[in-house]
Amino acid sequence: MRGRSDARDGVPIPLCAEDAVANSSQAMEPSEEVLKDLHLRMVRIRHFEEEAGKLMEQGKSPGALHLYIGEEAVASGVMVHLSDQDQITSTHRGHGHLVAKGGEFKKMYAELYGRETGYNKGRGGSMHISNVDAGMLGANGIVAAGPPIAVGAAFSNKYLARMEGRDSMNVAVPFFGDGATNEGAFHEAANMAAIWKLPVVFVCENNGYGEFTPQAEHQAISDVADRAAGYGMPGVICDGMDAIAVWEAAGEAIERARSGGGPTLVECKTYRFVDHVGLRGIGLHYRTDEELEEWRARDPIPQHEQRMVEMGVMTAEEIQAVHDAVMADITESIEFAENSPLPDPANLLNDVYTPTAAS
Amino acid sequence: MTAAEAPAGRQLVYTLAITEGVRQALQEEPLAFMAGEDVAGAGSVFGIYRGLLDEFGPDRVIDTPISESGIIGLAVGAGATGLKPIVDIMFMDFIGECMDEIVNQLAKMRYMFGGKATLPVTVLTMSGAGMNLAAQHSQSLEAWLCHTPGLKVVMPATAYDVKGAIITAAREPNPVFVVMCKGLMALPGEVPEEPYTLPIGKANVLREGDNLTVVAHGRMIHEATKAADILEGEGISVEVIDPLWLQPLDTDTIINSVSKTHNALVVHEAVRFGGVGAEIAAQIAELAFDYLDAPVGRVAAPFSPVPFSPVLEQTYVPNAERIAAEARRILGTG
Ligand SMILES: Cc1ncc(C[n+]2csc(CCOP(=O)(O)OP(=O)(O)O)c2C)c(N)n1
Ligand SMILES: [Mg+2]
Repeated sequence: MRGRSDARDGVPIPLCAEDAVANSSQAMEPSEEVLKDLHLRMVRIRHFEEEAGKLMEQGKSPGALHLYIGEEAVASGVMVHLSDQDQITSTHRGHGHLVAKGGEFKKMYAELYGRETGYNKGRGGSMHISNVDAGMLGANGIVAAGPPIAVGAAFSNKYLARMEGRDSMNVAVPFFGDGATNEGAFHEAANMAAIWKLPVVFVCENNGYGEFTPQAEHQAISDVADRAAGYGMPGVICDGMDAIAVWEAAGEAIERARSGGGPTLVECKTYRFVDHVGLRGIGLHYRTDEELEEWRARDPIPQHEQRMVEMGVMTAEEIQAVHDAVMADITESIEFAENSPLPDPANLLNDVYTPTAAS
Repeated sequence: MTAAEAPAGRQLVYTLAITEGVRQALQEEPLAFMAGEDVAGAGSVFGIYRGLLDEFGPDRVIDTPISESGIIGLAVGAGATGLKPIVDIMFMDFIGECMDEIVNQLAKMRYMFGGKATLPVTVLTMSGAGMNLAAQHSQSLEAWLCHTPGLKVVMPATAYDVKGAIITAAREPNPVFVVMCKGLMALPGEVPEEPYTLPIGKANVLREGDNLTVVAHGRMIHEATKAADILEGEGISVEVIDPLWLQPLDTDTIINSVSKTHNALVVHEAVRFGGVGAEIAAQIAELAFDYLDAPVGRVAAPFSPVPFSPVLEQTYVPNAERIAAEARRILGTG
């Protein structure tokens, strides 16, 4: 079922929950298609982010961008299991989640540029970038805002499955950082999902820092997954620098959620290669060069590529061709964004409310 | 002492005036401590608290988890039991996370307990749009706070006022929100080196004039002053008042001014509907109705979230041109 030709933007996306189930219920050996799919999603995120970071620092893209560089394996490993009917909630670091969920570069760059052709018609920008049609319920400027919203989406999924007499449910996946698990909102969401056995998979992107504060100073545990026990749900840890490890852990949890087994907390140990905001950041030295180098050596993309070459899944030339195609798409998309119309200030008040139906 | 009376002397940018205010508040009061997200190691996102950790150590300058409700709760509990908390809620938009602690605990504890508790709490936070940070990092929510009995609210928009506001708040036995302007971080101004306070509930008359009173607060005081310059070129003499304290509000200064100029325009960056300007306009209508030559005007943000796209945000945030245009309309000269 994978790799249908009608996939958007060159990314093979399963078209409905059933496809995703078929996919995730495969044995925990990723197929060649899955390996290539993981790769493509990661490469798309990496190049998208590097170019976006440059645009921000050249002053072309307004506002502040929180980049996902280094964490690509997490979004990609999870998203391979999801269809457009499954929802995710994202964070301030949200571009990677949208790219992995099939986001189109044109609409994404246009949004970062504040253009009418962007996903949010320029109203939201980086911190609110969304694609509700594909189940991407938005990046978010409020830390830990996502988990409760995902619980609501999962409630809806369970409710609708019951109304429609389906056994298999769509799944909601909130992504959030280590820092976010110190907000009450996270805990309230985890508890509600657990007592109601909702189809939620909580995915913690533990990159070791909340802004500039190391995890050891913001919480007294080193494994966020430990928090799952307090809510009566499984807590799983996986290597967030390894797309296959994430794919495995997420696959199992998503499968369980889909079939009514309730929520899981999946903690992915990862690292952001650039600063909290932008590429260069504000020049604070809160991480050592050694630590950065150690994690960079585990860069999820070369790691995955090397493995694919060794397994004979892709040749170095084929891999290069993927990068080239993604870069070509980016160049074209940035041009599209730059040439797109700005929003008309006369429409400033549109979309504050949904029009009330005439009675 | 107002900015106008401050001795000519040392210039400091707004960010450094903030740092100095907190530093002196901590120096003069051993029971005072500062806590907030990334305030210690990083000195917060715009570096406004840089150096305080080194000077006062980790027992008094404390990085908290990302837990706004916990931060205000910490201030309530520590304040009620003898300490003098100075806490930071980075961006004002994040007060949504801790509104219960603010509205139902911090503001009301003293009254509910029959005056038996004292809450000497300072909350520092940044407001305002103009940096393309979109709907959840650009708001001016001061009206929420002013609507809550038990809180005091000051919105300093000069380097002088921000330092004075912080020291005043830190010495005050009541909860005070110091709402700082994130768009003014690089603004220089004269700032005396010694600690000083601002009179609570006293407005600044930034400029005297005869034909129109413009009451503006926060970052809008600078736009109002620019508008006054423009209007002066047209022969219109404008008095610009910065209430500075929105709670308690200096009604007298505003009313006296309107009694003299016979016209009033209220300006703020927050959404117009239900904003602090609505209260000010109502007070003018109640207390100076007989002096008014025209209905009180208001310039403020339209009724929408703050848009991201720069073209929309520029339309959204009031500026000198819009203030001047509204002034002309009120005076019938435009
Ligand atoms: C409610 C709230 N508090 C504070 C912030 C400021 N802030 C933005 S990102 C961030 C750190 C988040 O850390 P984490 O959840 O670990 O995510 P990461 O940035 O590491 O991906 C903070 C404190 C915010 N946006 N929202
Ligand atoms: Mg983190």
